[in-house]
Amino acid sequence: MVRYAKGAMALTAALLLSTAAVAQDKRVLKYNADYDPIPLAAMEALIADFEAANPDIDVQLNNFDHEGYKTAIRNFLTADAPDLANWYAGNRMAPFVNAGQFMDVTDVWEANGLNDALASAKASMTIDGKQWGVPYTYYQWGIYFNRDAYKAAGLEAPDGGVTWEQFLKNCEAFKAAGIDCVTTGSKALWPVAGIFDYLSLRTNGYEWHMDLTAGKIAWTDESVKKVFAEFAKLQPYVTANHAAIDWQDAAALLVQGKAANYVMGNFAVGTFKEGGMTNDNLGFMVFPEITPGIPRAEEAPTDTIHIPAGAQNVDDAKKFLAFVASADAQTKLNAALGQLPTNKNSTVAADDPFISAGFESLSSAYALAQFFDRDAPAEMAKAGMEGFQEFLVKPENLDAILERLESVRQRVYQ
Amino acid sequence: MSSRSFNQRSLAPWLFLAPGLLMFLVYVIWPIGESLLLSLYDWDGLYNREGEFTGRFVGLGNFQELWSDPAFVTSLVNNVLWLGLYLLAVPAGLLIAIFLNQSVRGIRLYKSLFFFPFVISQVVVGLIFSWFYAPDFGLFYNLIEAVTGTGVAILAEEKYVTYGIIAAGLWPQIAYVMILYLTGLNNVAPDQVEAARLDGAKGWRMLWYVILPQLRPATFIAVVVTVIGALRSFDLVSVMTSGGPFGSSRVLSFYMYEQALSEYGYRMGYGAAIAVVLFAIMMVFISGFIWKMWRDETER
Repeated sequence: MVRYAKGAMALTAALLLSTAAVAQDKRVLKYNADYDPIPLAAMEALIADFEAANPDIDVQLNNFDHEGYKTAIRNFLTADAPDLANWYAGNRMAPFVNAGQFMDVTDVWEANGLNDALASAKASMTIDGKQWGVPYTYYQWGIYFNRDAYKAAGLEAPDGGVTWEQFLKNCEAFKAAGIDCVTTGSKALWPVAGIFDYLSLRTNGYEWHMDLTAGKIAWTDESVKKVFAEFAKLQPYVTANHAAIDWQDAAALLVQGKAANYVMGNFAVGTFKEGGMTNDNLGFMVFPEITPGIPRAEEAPTDTIHIPAGAQNVDDAKKFLAFVASADAQTKLNAALGQLPTNKNSTVAADDPFISAGFESLSSAYALAQFFDRDAPAEMAKAGMEGFQEFLVKPENLDAILERLESVRQRVYQ
Repeated sequence: MSSRSFNQRSLAPWLFLAPGLLMFLVYVIWPIGESLLLSLYDWDGLYNREGEFTGRFVGLGNFQELWSDPAFVTSLVNNVLWLGLYLLAVPAGLLIAIFLNQSVRGIRLYKSLFFFPFVISQVVVGLIFSWFYAPDFGLFYNLIEAVTGTGVAILAEEKYVTYGIIAAGLWPQIAYVMILYLTGLNNVAPDQVEAARLDGAKGWRMLWYVILPQLRPATFIAVVVTVIGALRSFDLVSVMTSGGPFGSSRVLSFYMYEQALSEYGYRMGYGAAIAVVLFAIMMVFISGFIWKMWRDETER
């Protein structure tokens, strides 16, 4: 039985339901989540499967709206902890782990062979050598491009990837043709972080990027300037007024052929297709290699499920985590989500070129980064993304930006 | 009062005041105290598993940090800009009110149309102006492009963005001030105007020496609501730019929200420190207003 309500109503509903469920003599598993309609349906199907396999457990899903959840979780973890809660991997879960609000689930990982099956996501679920939750989905980032725009500029579509030199050369051709080579909409800041992350991962590699987001590298360091030197090469070809538009507005530019490339996450494919693009003119490639020989790391923000420290029904919650982590459950769930399973033994739909390209790209990647605002602590992330945005508008301010970021770093990681 | 005996007369006022005082205490005084206290802590808004407060006492550390925080300085400067430019709503509202204070056919319709911007929500005003300024399809953008050859995306340009938002804020604020003055103008004594006219006053002199003094209560209210409106400007900044580009359109109230409650915030103590500064600035104005009101009432 799956029930859900929105926001504040969820609490009352949960109270009413739990009394009803006790009467049915089933063990209740309370699950707080923040699904949009399509993911919600997918998760409901997974819960139905779980309940079929465990007829004595009743999962009660309280669905919050996405934005409200980010505030709500801070309250319900202390005030009225559920048995399961959605959150994100990487540094995003660090405040809850450090405050002792999430339960250590290393035993679930060990008992179910997840260390091997979820190897690609393990690093991002680990703090202090322990695992604090289970990932159930992620999606790839990369460059989405409009083949028609390439044609309009007299260029060959970059299927299969191009070199960085070629990419920049193409940008010149686009500029001559009056097309934005790379588009982005940075009003909400985070889209520029995608560009920076890739430049950073490609210039100095995964370990360096992780050190940077962990605050171990000074922003005024020469190695950071190397990343911004590459950023400067790209800067003249990025949509001019990106700071005034949202990512969806930039997506419209790509759809209309006014822009050729978009560094984005796979969730944007839906938006591109709603705008009228098809598999024929929408293409995907991994971000080009910059420093030769650096192992290819990718961005793959991971969504996760955790057991709050105040959970009542820990045993069944762990059972649920093991189920969500299993290959079959992830195959089915992610087929419905249109995203990628984190379990390497899962399969993906072969008829979606973007999903299969993403699966290919991530499963062959050397390592996965979460995204700048999940890898770096919140305050550093905010300051960093503002810095990237400012750099894209005013590249001449670079030194001032880096000094500001360095002073934020010294405060945040002290 | 203490010298008098305990009787109905001395008790009744307090009984009548009690509900209001209680509300004021619980919803105003107590939160102010809480914010003051919180501003001395470094706290991420989380309680630990045992429900204990996890904050760390840092004394005046948050305030020290504020002065060296460029984002705070930007917010403060923008707040001053808001305050100064927002007050333009007072003369502009007066001008429109005087212009509309005539009896022609259908004047009520014109008055309502001028009042219209104040009726719509600030969020809608913000959206309308964002589209107005939007690159590529915005009316204002296209206008600039037609005149100068290159369009300017106001909301993406750090030099103009605050002015762009203030302009959006002035639109409804002028309407508000206008309605205050229109009601004020209704109460202007016709005999005084008549007398002034007989003495040969007209134009500016009439406005300055005869009309404006009679409008003083309306002017006072207009200045009060405009100053407070400028200091608590939040919705427009949030809707139009979220403080961007790169934080150049932040104001104190928005920065406070960002630090304490937004996705990248949860620095409760630091946010509270900003709130305290904003409160102190507001207190200067509010005490001024209260002092003036108190003086007016006692002199009468």
